[in-house]
Amino acid sequence: MKTMQNNVLEYLENVVGKLANKIAYASETSEASFSEVYKNSRSIGSFLYRQGHYKEPIVVFMGRHPEAIISFYGTIYAGCYYVPIDDEMPRHRIELIFQSLNPKAVICDNETIQSVESFDYGGKVYLYDDLVKSSIDEQLLGKIRDKQIDTDPIYIVFTSGSTGIPKGVVACHRSVIDYIENLSDVLKINENTVFGNQTPLYVDACLKELYPTLKYGATTYIIPKSLFMFPLKLVEFLNEKKINTICWVVSALTMISAFGTFEKAIPEYLTTIAFGSEVFPIKQFNMWRKNLPDARFINLYGPTECTGMSCYYEVNRDFELDEVIPIGRPFKNTDIILLDDDDKQVIQGQAGEICIRGSSLTLGYYGDFKRTNEAFVQNPLNNSYPELIYRTGDLGKYNDQGELIFVSRKDNQIKHMGHRIELGEIEVVANMYPDIKSASCIFDDIRKKIVLYYVGDMTKAELASFLKKKLPRYMVPNMIEQLDSMPLTANGKINRVLLKEKYYGR
Amino acid sequence: MEQILEILEGLHPEIDFETCDTLIDDKIIDSFDIVTLISDLSEEFDVTIPVEDIIPENFNSAKAIKALIERLLEDE
Repeated sequence: MKTMQNNVLEYLENVVGKLANKIAYASETSEASFSEVYKNSRSIGSFLYRQGHYKEPIVVFMGRHPEAIISFYGTIYAGCYYVPIDDEMPRHRIELIFQSLNPKAVICDNETIQSVESFDYGGKVYLYDDLVKSSIDEQLLGKIRDKQIDTDPIYIVFTSGSTGIPKGVVACHRSVIDYIENLSDVLKINENTVFGNQTPLYVDACLKELYPTLKYGATTYIIPKSLFMFPLKLVEFLNEKKINTICWVVSALTMISAFGTFEKAIPEYLTTIAFGSEVFPIKQFNMWRKNLPDARFINLYGPTECTGMSCYYEVNRDFELDEVIPIGRPFKNTDIILLDDDDKQVIQGQAGEICIRGSSLTLGYYGDFKRTNEAFVQNPLNNSYPELIYRTGDLGKYNDQGELIFVSRKDNQIKHMGHRIELGEIEVVANMYPDIKSASCIFDDIRKKIVLYYVGDMTKAELASFLKKKLPRYMVPNMIEQLDSMPLTANGKINRVLLKEKYYGR
Repeated sequence: MEQILEILEGLHPEIDFETCDTLIDDKIIDSFDIVTLISDLSEEFDVTIPVEDIIPENFNSAKAIKALIERLLEDE
């Protein structure tokens, strides 16, 4: 009898016997077959453990290519958990991540090895090319595996925090397996799936490609970021690689449809188009559906804290321009509860906070029990035994067809270019500018712009270059405006309503 | 040219767009900017930028963008 899977690496070990020479992951510069992924990750795992790394975070500071993914698996082989970071992240954010983790080891590639030296970091720095040369110790890897259980962590990814300190979400084997099994069923992944990856490797969004590729022996092409500026080239790439499955942020999809690309070229092989994290403007969505009438379109919804996505909706009807595409229903083995302000379940048709229950809940925020305990709480509907739910801070409701609809946020969190952003974090960073008097952010939902208002003697250009050094690219305001004074409410807080009026009245 | 520079400076106030001719190559304009840039240009000059013109060569400098807009205005 086959025992229950309790380790994500079993996906790799099962597939390598069947499809050793098939390409698993490929980027512009390199590719790796399943046997290379298997061999190199086991070398890395053996090496890290021999160096004394065990049950600790290992930072993987590499570009967006297969070697980074292999390093993730190598880290898990060592019984450690990977923390992906990227050259695209601003210095300040990387510094905060180093501070919060205090890691003992970083794996680099030939490009990032220079940058890592510029950080105040005293731990070990390993070069990928060296690691994969080390010998594989089968016995050692077996011993590590025997001790691993499915609630052991496998990665930490960082998400925006309103206090200015990003939160490191820790996920374990169990939550990832639960997610991958149920997501793959919905997307109907199989051996013939060819993924086109759009998302960075330092967010949980890339799990959708990484692990199903192992589970089914599929192939993932990592699409160069620069192609997402030039729609015709992007479609040519999809056709050249015969990509049939994409899980992209909405802005990447609308970039294609909005510029009239479909009049010149159609992504011929696409059969499954999953999207999420943002509202898909129906006008753009209808263009996609009209031009790819046989493809399946699936809206996904879920927070990083519940491993990836928690809900899905497969589009099966036409939508009017003023409608929103539902987020549908939870994946199998996930339950959604809508709670009102008194922590009671809402009645049908009423909006309530979306709360999630299930094995896909992650372990919480690394080194931060306080913020973990605020978001991962005892299910208020259960006073008989311990049972955690995750409070998303999103409001949702069920429509008449029983489909779940996303309504809004409860706070100042926004979704922009597929990323989750706390406006408060941008404000904290802007207020770090020497002698700035005040700074406040609003978000233009229609034109998708983050607008920063500030009071101080610095120029817009000075503030802009400061923010670019401190914030991830997607959090840098799209517009900066200087004010003589900040509008305040009666009790002295910044009046965002007046700021919004000022903005729209321009 | 003035209007083009103004639009570009709105995106990145700290860049000297009059001299920079590696806007795409040096990733100054990236996928976060391109949609805003194209919609702002289309609005300002009342032109449609066809998808076959959305290529790196046409966006590497303010001068290149100006040449593109002028060509599109002439063709109308």
